[in-house]
Amino acid sequence: MTIMTYRQALHDTLRAEMLRDDSVFLLGEEIGVFEGSYKITAGLLKEFGEKRVRDTPIAEEGFAGAAIGAAMLGLRPVVEMMTINFSMLALDQIINHAAKIYGMFGGQASVPLVIRTPGGGGQQLGATHSQNIELFYAFVPGMKVVAPSNPADAKALLIAAIRDNDPVLFLENLALYNTKGEVPDDDTPAEIGRAAVTRPGKDLTLIGYSRMAHVAAEVAASLAESDGLDIEVVDLRSLRPLDRETIIASVRKTHAAVVLEDDWLTYGIGAEVAASISDGAFDYLDAPVRRVAMAEVPMPYSKPLETAALPSRDDVITAIRQTLAAVGHRTAEPLALGVPQS
Amino acid sequence: MATQARQRRSAPQAPPAESAQSAAVESDAVQNASADRDGQLREFYRDMVLVRRFEERAARAYTEALVGGYCHLNLGEEAAVVGLMAALNPTDYLFTNYREHGYALMRGIDQNRVMAELYGRVDGVSKGWGGSMHMFDVTHRLLGGYGIVGGQLPLATGAALAIDYRDGDEVVMCTLGDGTTAIGAFHESLNIAALWNLPIVFVIINNGLGMGTTVAKSSAEPDLYKRAAAYRMESARVDGFDPVAVHDAAAKAVAAARGGQPYLLEVVTERLRGHSVVDPAKYRSAAEVERLKHEDPIQLFGAKLTANGILDPDMIAAIEKEVAGLVTAAADFAAGSPHPEVATLFDYTYATPVPNDSRRLPGEPLFEPLPLPETAAAAAGVNP
Repeated sequence: MTIMTYRQALHDTLRAEMLRDDSVFLLGEEIGVFEGSYKITAGLLKEFGEKRVRDTPIAEEGFAGAAIGAAMLGLRPVVEMMTINFSMLALDQIINHAAKIYGMFGGQASVPLVIRTPGGGGQQLGATHSQNIELFYAFVPGMKVVAPSNPADAKALLIAAIRDNDPVLFLENLALYNTKGEVPDDDTPAEIGRAAVTRPGKDLTLIGYSRMAHVAAEVAASLAESDGLDIEVVDLRSLRPLDRETIIASVRKTHAAVVLEDDWLTYGIGAEVAASISDGAFDYLDAPVRRVAMAEVPMPYSKPLETAALPSRDDVITAIRQTLAAVGHRTAEPLALGVPQS
Repeated sequence: MATQARQRRSAPQAPPAESAQSAAVESDAVQNASADRDGQLREFYRDMVLVRRFEERAARAYTEALVGGYCHLNLGEEAAVVGLMAALNPTDYLFTNYREHGYALMRGIDQNRVMAELYGRVDGVSKGWGGSMHMFDVTHRLLGGYGIVGGQLPLATGAALAIDYRDGDEVVMCTLGDGTTAIGAFHESLNIAALWNLPIVFVIINNGLGMGTTVAKSSAEPDLYKRAAAYRMESARVDGFDPVAVHDAAAKAVAAARGGQPYLLEVVTERLRGHSVVDPAKYRSAAEVERLKHEDPIQLFGAKLTANGILDPDMIAAIEKEVAGLVTAAADFAAGSPHPEVATLFDYTYATPVPNDSRRLPGEPLFEPLPLPETAAAAAGVNP
């Protein structure tokens, strides 16, 4: 184990995979000479040269598509999209092509592609640079979408994504790059499609991914201290496929759930999680599933407005308290549910 | 419009002085070369007839509801298709769009498998998953017909990048329609190909119409090959009714690309029917419809070869007979090939298997419902 930042874990993993496999190469805007907008690729151009660390023109559709085409011929390109907002310029290539090529041609060509890109918010970047649109990709069969919340997962999921033969959207987060954690020294890949219970508990299940899984862990620790609450935390890690089994096993145990997401509430990732809980744990629930998500507005630049729009720790704590109050209410007074008595 | 079209494409060339040449020169080598060349020209003619009759049969199958979805035909583009494909090595790659049946045939894919794909059957080139617009054959290096206009351009550029990455000597050919030159992916791809000196030939099949919109209405630079100048890329325009001219121009473009110089080739041709089988093309003027009755690349090329003594009516009849047999056999093969099993529905979502991949048919629950309590179940059972 080594303690390092999320950024360092990504950098070191990219480098190790490039050393391991000649077919792995990087391309994207400003990743070489400029060393990456968020410095994930610092030093790699010097070490590997222009062939394997390729600066592209500002042409997201063009270079994302070129990466897909190169992947069809068996290379393993890792694309950096400067932020997930810019990936919308490449939606046709990613959704209509990367995600379709394996199925559309009857399994004759696969697309071993990784698109690394940070989501975020909270940096006063305004409406077009503060979105979390991972849902667009998670919606599409043929895509895989992973969203690590800590440095260890960043490493293990990036290894898995690079070695996988399908297109993987690898969601990073601006607010996570400087967070630190223990990272295993070996290069065991994570299993894409599996969530993790990062904290066991029995009172309520708190579900999140990426930055919000990090927030969930902090809130659970803080409420254990302040209120003696025993909250279970599920870190989704993979948005497609979604590990419903792990979510349902947890909620069947705790009987209550709060879902955290950095995207918008309506039609968001949390809506799918809540619907899955309704399907798999309806009879186990003692309170409605609550969702904590971003306010549904174009993100303002103004700091107080931006802060209000983003889900905070206090918002999460309030949602947990209200959910547990509902649980207490229902378990104490079953007749209040209004169920007709036979 | 008719005048514009005639200006786009040069008039049929005068027959070359073949007889004078063969009379003047007696050596065996030259005679053999001449025989080879005549054979190749007859082959071109035969291939054009194959594409024509295959497409006519596809149109018929479509109207008989044996083929679903969209069905775009290469009718009128036979010389372009045949000339271009003859310029590629078997190891070169082709990316094309949804008007692609002829390209699949000319890459050497069995016409039975092409027809079976139109019918959506398991023996189709894409196992029934792609249909008319999405044919793919890795063995013959047809890396896809693509249904989204321009979608193939960035992909083809990336394939060329992979060749360059491995220091390979293959070339990628990427065909596109005239309307595609207006989209962003065209410009992004040409720019990237030129910046990185990729081994790729972009070929604009200019049939004068993007669905019903003329080139004049969709491109501020109607001389489409000139767009290459913006990327300092070499380019040329060629008569798409002459398979030999197309072949020679394509061979030059392919040679340049093999040397690391991407190339833009514009092939001026005609779409003899509507955008797809169901399009009556009512946007065409009466004059244009009349003109097209006299513009047929197969007739023109056949007449030219006949005038030069390379073809005769018996040979043409024999070619028609052979091709008719192939096309009928292809339709029979397609009709006899099974539909894919529903059990294979989830086979091609992912190349690397992954836990928790959804494999549910519509309406199936995510989780097995819990058993209802006995009384409630009984109540539900007796509920009229």
